[in-house]
Amino acid sequence: MKLDCKHVWEHISGYLDRQLDPQLLAAVEKHLESCEVCSAVLDSTRNVLVLTADDRTYELPVGYSERLHARLTAVIAGGETA
Amino acid sequence: MKATATNEAELIRRILAGETNLFHELIRPYERLVYVTIFAILKNETEAEDGAQETMINAFRYLKNFRGDAKFSTWLVTIAMNEARKRLRKGKTAAEDSLDTTLEDNEGGDYTPAVPTDWREIPLEALEKKELREKLREAVTMLPEKYREVFVLRDIEELNQEETAAALGINVTLVKVRLHRARMMLQKTLVPYLQSGARLEAEGKPTRGGFFRRWFA
Repeated sequence: MKLDCKHVWEHISGYLDRQLDPQLLAAVEKHLESCEVCSAVLDSTRNVLVLTADDRTYELPVGYSERLHARLTAVIAGGETA
Repeated sequence: MKATATNEAELIRRILAGETNLFHELIRPYERLVYVTIFAILKNETEAEDGAQETMINAFRYLKNFRGDAKFSTWLVTIAMNEARKRLRKGKTAAEDSLDTTLEDNEGGDYTPAVPTDWREIPLEALEKKELREKLREAVTMLPEKYREVFVLRDIEELNQEETAAALGINVTLVKVRLHRARMMLQKTLVPYLQSGARLEAEGKPTRGGFFRRWFA
C-alpha cells in the first residue's frame, strides 16, 4: 500500500490514537519516514494534544471547590429552592 | 483519585436512601471534569463556575433518574454539556449561529492541514509558554460547536470514544470523524505559534542550528 500526503493527513488522528490496522499503520509509517512535510504536520498536531492535556491549560478558579460545596450544602439542606 | 464503580453505586444507593450529605463525596472526583467541560465550551470563568454549580445541583435533584447501566461520570458530563449549550444559546447572536452552520457543512469533506514553513522539533520550553495555552483555549472556543464538543470530551476530558458518543448521543464513527476535523482545525490555527520562528519562542532565534530547516523558503 502506497499513500500520498493527503491520505496520510486523513489518518493522523487514527495514528495518534493508535487505532490504525497493522497494514495501514505500516504504510503511514513508511510515508512518514521519507516525508518531512507529513512529519511536521504530525508533530505539530501531537504538540497541540500535548498542550491540551497539560493541566495548566485549563485551570480551576481559586475557591471554586469551596463555593461549589457551600452551594450544595444549602441545596441539600433545602435552603435553596428551584 | 476516582471512586471505584462499586463505591459509587453504593454511595448513590445511600444518598437516595436519605444520606444526602454523601453527595459531596460522590461528586468530589468530578469537580474538575464538570468545570473544565463547560469552560472549554464557553471560555468564561463566571459562566463556567455557575454552570458547574447548576450541573451538580441538577445531578443531586435528578439522581433518582440515574440508571446504573451508564457510568456516573458520563451521566454527569451529559448534564454539564447541556448546561454549556443552554448558556451558549443565551449569549449568542443569530449571526453567530448561522456562521456555525456554514462552517459545519464540510463534515466528511477533505481537510488540508497547515504545513509549518519553518519547522524543527518544538523545543519543550516553547510549549511552556502561557501565551500558547491562551491561544489554544481561544482556538478551541472558535471551533464549530459539534467539533468543539467532541474535542472537549475526548482530548481535554480524556473520555474514551464510547463514553463521548454516549454523552453526546452520537455514534462512535461520528466521534472519530469530528475529533479528526477538530484536531486538524486546531493544528491549522496554532501552527504559526508552534514553529521554530514563532513569536512565542524565547528569544526568537533558534539555539540548535542543526535542527533549523526551512521547507518552502
